[in-house]
Amino acid sequence: MLQELLNALEETLFMVFTAGLLTWIIGLPLGALLSVTGKNEFLDNPLIHKPLRTLINATEKVPYIVFMIAIIPLTRIIIGSGEGSVAAVVPLTLASIPYFAKFSENAINLVPKGLIEAARAVGASSFQIIYKVLIPEALPNIISGLTTILTHLVGYSTIAGVLGAGGLGSLIIHKGYLSFQTDYVVAIVLTLVLLTQMIQSCGNYIANGSLHKNSSA
Amino acid sequence: MVYKTGNTVVHTLKGITLNIGQGEIFGIIGRSGAGKSALIRCINLLESPSSGAVIVDSCNLTTLTNEGLRQARRNIGMVFQHFNLLTSRTVYENVALPLELAGCNKQQIEAAVRPILSLTDLSDKANLYPNQLNSPQKQKVAIARALVNQPKILLCEEATASLDPKAKQSILQLLSDINTQLNLTILLITHELEVIKSICTRVAVLHEGEIIEESTVLQLFANPQSKPAKEMIKAATRLDMPAALRHRLRANASENCNPILRISFAGSVAQQPLIAYVIQQFNLTVNITQAHLEKIRHDTIGIMIVEIMGDGEETHKAIQFLQHKGLHVEVLGYAPRTA
Repeated sequence: MLQELLNALEETLFMVFTAGLLTWIIGLPLGALLSVTGKNEFLDNPLIHKPLRTLINATEKVPYIVFMIAIIPLTRIIIGSGEGSVAAVVPLTLASIPYFAKFSENAINLVPKGLIEAARAVGASSFQIIYKVLIPEALPNIISGLTTILTHLVGYSTIAGVLGAGGLGSLIIHKGYLSFQTDYVVAIVLTLVLLTQMIQSCGNYIANGSLHKNSSA
Repeated sequence: MVYKTGNTVVHTLKGITLNIGQGEIFGIIGRSGAGKSALIRCINLLESPSSGAVIVDSCNLTTLTNEGLRQARRNIGMVFQHFNLLTSRTVYENVALPLELAGCNKQQIEAAVRPILSLTDLSDKANLYPNQLNSPQKQKVAIARALVNQPKILLCEEATASLDPKAKQSILQLLSDINTQLNLTILLITHELEVIKSICTRVAVLHEGEIIEESTVLQLFANPQSKPAKEMIKAATRLDMPAALRHRLRANASENCNPILRISFAGSVAQQPLIAYVIQQFNLTVNITQAHLEKIRHDTIGIMIVEIMGDGEETHKAIQFLQHKGLHVEVLGYAPRTA
């Protein structure tokens, strides 16, 4: 049983962290773009902001299981197959990008506008303002957002498991639902609880680590 | 400069012409809403004027491309009222930011940041974060950041407005020191006459988007021209006529009335015993009802309100004598002689 559990956990971790990484890589720039092109922001641009906002709002509203089935054709194009842990990374990533982009946008919006002015005054380009000033200053909040996304991804990945993506989700369907084996159910539930708790604690630790400088001496 | 809000056009600043010389500490004073912030932001084009030119070090900024403007801004340091430091960076890293943005390498940054930190007395704070510092220290970091590119001019936006009086003096002293040591031109905006008095050489008064007065600081205190400037000086020097005298005051001279004068003097005349001389020479009695001495950088100015008692002819001569000596004499009115 332990071996099965470890294999499933490995698949789950692979799905969660690969999707998490891709979400960070794609979602953070989107969030930054949303923030700086917003009304009265320093790159105010409705032509970029409005379509992006609409797209993100729309994606966010589709229930995850529907979303996952709906984009199977796209997954086939990207991965070459619609099943398995690797294939599941595509819908997992695409579903969490809107959430993360919004988290990042809000975090960046909270950075005081005076910092943008100060950066412009010393000759910063728009790109430099985003990656040298806005993202570093917003980082503690962005990391909190990512932590939430990762715990959500654990949940999503088990749904994906039900649809044949492997991992702890598949294991609970086979051992728990189809051949009611209580020991498996207990072990899987405990593993999932521990996993999310660990993600949460690590996230808080890192966010606080980048926050300690913000607290008064 | 023009702002458009809906259909109404709001002129924030109009017809501003200022010439600021190399090495000056030039102050722009005005009430809140006068357009000070907009004006100082026009100098480095954080806000673009709708017409006109901004020429810094014989380079017209309004004609530059984006890239050119970014280069030019490195010659113009700026300090803000709310410091605007990055909380995610240490003191050292905050000061290094402008150089990083300009693409300098680690050695160049180190070589430039260390002397600036020692100039601003922050060497032992290099590895602290802004939120571990008090307000004047934060403003020093902001000043260090503004100086690290070795700019030709430093813009200060109400740099001392959020500091307590002692901290304010230490920051003003620092600004004054770097002005002398680096021969750096400083342009500051403020609503506090105190700041103008402490460090500025010349001053412009901004009122409802227009420069209504421009003079040396000494002149502004001794002899303000415009009504807002007069009010400002009056409030700052707390020089108002005693209520009893004000009630007796009449606009026109008549029999049995003594003239009430406002006498102000600046610079070397302040050292001479002119009032004593007037009393002796013209056989007058001078009743000083209010007097105020103001120290402005290295000079002293005096403002007093006096009642002159004596012969009308002699009084007239005395006023002419004082004016001839370079004092500014203004007849405020006439008060009937008391029994």
